[in-house]
Amino acid sequence: MLDQPNQTSLLEIHGVCRSFPKGSGEDLLVLEKVDLTIRAGEIVGLLGRSGSGKSTLLRIIAGLIAPSSGDAKCRGETIVGPPNGVAMVFQSFALFPWLTVLQNVELGLEALGVDSAERRTRALSAIDLIGLDGFESAYPKELSGGMRQRVGFARALVVHPDLLLMDEPFSALDVLTAETLRTDLIDLWIEGRLPIQSVLMVTHNIEEAVLMCDRILVFSSNPGRVAAEIKVDLPHPRNRLDPTFRQLVDSIYARMTQRAEARTPTIEGIHGTGVGMFLNHVSSNVLSGLIETLAGPPYNGHADLPVLASHLQMEADEIFHLGESLQLLRFAQLSEGDLMLTEAGKRFAHLDTDARKKLFAEHLINYVPVLGLIRRVLDERPSHIAPAARFRNELEDYMSEESADETLRTVVSWARYAELFAYDEQSELFSLENPH
Amino acid sequence: MALPKISPPSLGLALTPNIWDAVALVLVIGAMVLIVYGGEQTVLPLSALEVAPVSLDPSNLPLYALRTTLRMLLAIVCSIVFTFIYATLAAKSRRAEMVLIPLLDILQSVPILGFLTFTVVFFMNLFPGRVLGAELACVFAIFTSQAWNMTFSLYQSIRNVPKDLEEATQSFRLSGWQRFWRLDVPFAMPGLIWNTMMSMSGGWFFVVASEAITVGNTTVTLPGIGSYVALGIQKQNLPAIGYAILTMLLVIIAYDQLLFRPVVAWADKFKFEQTASASAPTSWVLDLFRRTRALRALSRPFAALSKAISNLHIALPGSFNAVSRRSGEPSRIVDAGWLVVVAASTGYAGWRAYEYLSKTLSPSDIVSAAGYGFMTLARVIVLITLATLIWVPIGVWIGLRPKLAERIQPLAQFLAAFPANLAFPVFVVVIVRYGLDANIWLSPLMILGTQWYILFNVIAGASAFPNDLREVAGSFHLGGWRWWIKVILPGIFPYYITGAITASGGSWNASIVAEVASWGDTHLTASGLGAYIATATEAGDFPRVILGIAVMCILVTVFNRLLWRPLYAFGERRLRLG
Repeated sequence: MLDQPNQTSLLEIHGVCRSFPKGSGEDLLVLEKVDLTIRAGEIVGLLGRSGSGKSTLLRIIAGLIAPSSGDAKCRGETIVGPPNGVAMVFQSFALFPWLTVLQNVELGLEALGVDSAERRTRALSAIDLIGLDGFESAYPKELSGGMRQRVGFARALVVHPDLLLMDEPFSALDVLTAETLRTDLIDLWIEGRLPIQSVLMVTHNIEEAVLMCDRILVFSSNPGRVAAEIKVDLPHPRNRLDPTFRQLVDSIYARMTQRAEARTPTIEGIHGTGVGMFLNHVSSNVLSGLIETLAGPPYNGHADLPVLASHLQMEADEIFHLGESLQLLRFAQLSEGDLMLTEAGKRFAHLDTDARKKLFAEHLINYVPVLGLIRRVLDERPSHIAPAARFRNELEDYMSEESADETLRTVVSWARYAELFAYDEQSELFSLENPH
Repeated sequence: MALPKISPPSLGLALTPNIWDAVALVLVIGAMVLIVYGGEQTVLPLSALEVAPVSLDPSNLPLYALRTTLRMLLAIVCSIVFTFIYATLAAKSRRAEMVLIPLLDILQSVPILGFLTFTVVFFMNLFPGRVLGAELACVFAIFTSQAWNMTFSLYQSIRNVPKDLEEATQSFRLSGWQRFWRLDVPFAMPGLIWNTMMSMSGGWFFVVASEAITVGNTTVTLPGIGSYVALGIQKQNLPAIGYAILTMLLVIIAYDQLLFRPVVAWADKFKFEQTASASAPTSWVLDLFRRTRALRALSRPFAALSKAISNLHIALPGSFNAVSRRSGEPSRIVDAGWLVVVAASTGYAGWRAYEYLSKTLSPSDIVSAAGYGFMTLARVIVLITLATLIWVPIGVWIGLRPKLAERIQPLAQFLAAFPANLAFPVFVVVIVRYGLDANIWLSPLMILGTQWYILFNVIAGASAFPNDLREVAGSFHLGGWRWWIKVILPGIFPYYITGAITASGGSWNASIVAEVASWGDTHLTASGLGAYIATATEAGDFPRVILGIAVMCILVTVFNRLLWRPLYAFGERRLRLG
């Protein structure tokens, strides 16, 4: 479809920024000066870590939220509210549980005021196209996840949108179901049977992006911006085992770990580091497990990320979170798409539980500024008690309320494991008293 | 049988009382004063009505039952209309919300029979000398017993519509009107229906109480089961009371089978769940409608009509549309203006209330009303404690036996719906005959009708208690008090609290009819706030009625905030299973 002469752009985004109010004072910038053009006949992927603003961009295009500044045009018209000819598929399916499959699919047409006879015909043909025949009168709760997302697709396709927006449409499905749905969709696309001109999809799954997209925009985080644009020229249907495919996946992994290295907190006081550093909630159990896996064969302290991800059946995003947490704690080092244990990491793998806790505590105090701060405050106060609100406020100077919450949850669970200090959920107080 | 996981709306939202509660309280009291004031200005001799006298002939009972039922139906229709308008306004407009929600909070702590005192005067003045006024006053009293919790339920549901569905309706460009009928209302449906059922249960009590009432020299006797019982009390006719109770039983059963069961079974599809639940509610009436072609055909035009209405493209103002969110910061000037309006109305209402009340009341009246208030408070606390000690063990015992629970649960719900005031005379006869102390023995009447809320909520909690936790307790040989403290009581706690809140609210309301009782010429009075209000009502002493109501409002609100809300929040946060 790429060789179509029709080169009119469906969508033009210029210098779009978006910020959200933070817990305290200033706004938090999540999208910075994004440019994007989508022409007819292409599938474009927005690939990035969670929190890179790609979903925000999708919602700006869908007309669900407004950009703070910049220009968003759909077919030459500035986007104000959901534009004509754009339909969306949701990660959570967003089906109405009280409507049957048929009624769910008809919903978009009703909003357009299509009369009931035509509505029925179009809905049935969309249901037919997407392989939902026989399920017309079922309610969503009677369907499996894959079937539900098919309803989501049918509901979007039935309005014959020019541009189909997909917000991580396969990430709530199990591996097998997701793969079937992807291939079905690509088959329909290359056969030209989808009543749409272009697709814009958000994903954090690298292989999925390479499998489906003609063009991939890789987003960087904090604030989100387009870090790279990668063209995928492989013909459909694509083979995951094809060396060119693997090479492309590897290079994207490497590109994304590069930025993970850049995020390493080394300089105190800079945005996103120091006390105001965001901590992904990763259980200490998972971290120990990963260290053990890395230390043992076949990796022996050194693993290729795509290999490790498929071995552990993890999404790229998850493995990045883990890798970064280990890197932050100086138990491992990320580089060029590889994850290597440090000396401390190797030592950790061979210690018993109590010694591990001690080492973990030592690294927490030294390398995670906010934990060090809380411990210092607790040590200094005669009562050895401090309210969580005090630290939450401080974190909210740097990040959104949700991120501050997650960071605090991480702090609590790591500190509990390391027996650094205690936390009482009821009174929201940190204290040095450990129940014995 | 599982109760939907719906918070008792009487809890409202905020944990701590704030300035808006005070504003709302003043507005409510002020409105009452204005109604009475207006009524007194017209100084109409509210002579006895030309009403067909009620007779004790049991053959009249079906007709009386019908009239009582029609009043209930009319009230529930009014409540639904009110709910849709008020809750939608509060949920969709930030400024309206600031006033409407605290107002609702206060309104639901105003004793319903207190409202009756004012509305009788108000409606009788509106339609002097005609039955219509009295009928409207009665319907209004039932309405006030039903509307508030339904409104709270709808409001909370609309505020909690799932984000992704909201985005889907926007993305597919449904109009505000379509969205309301396609998303907001269906999502709110299970909670709304549950609360409507609860409201109906409570309503029977008040329809019975408000059919025969005396306010000063106005005596209202509307043909119905309530007035039949009132006459029976006057004539000391115990068999008549028995007939009335029997009739009421049949009416409530019919109501349940013909109206509510079908509605609940039908509304099951609105339950917001992504997996099918094991047991869905059933109704033979609904099955009849679904399986009978003729009846199905009958319902088709209604379905088509409702679809056509919900598909109208009506633009709704305000935050109904996504686009309006773009306008950014809400205008500060409009906000300030709105605050000034609210403050001015509150000031005016407060001033009028003060002026009116200070004419006849002295500080010593306030002290005595507060004293009576604490007596009733003590009664409520003692009764709730007793009911807890009795019904929690029984409820747990029943709830852990699924077969038994299945049979007892409808009975408990039925007892909660049954207007306990019909049975009052039976107790009063006993008290009179044995010369018991009214101060003590009238008290149980307050909880006669509301204790069942504790029972059926505890049964529901124990039925829902996870089997694996019971097995764990068994395998570790946890027994005796340890089993109660560590295993089952925390497990049923959220359910128990829900039941206890309803029971305590109901007891306050019931105190107005329970603290004074009579049998023929014998009048029994227990000292308390309920008796205070009831006596003032009978004497037509409006300032004291208002004072009594204000004291009750404050006590109920404070009691809710300081005890029930923290307990409820604790239960939801720490003890909610699954």
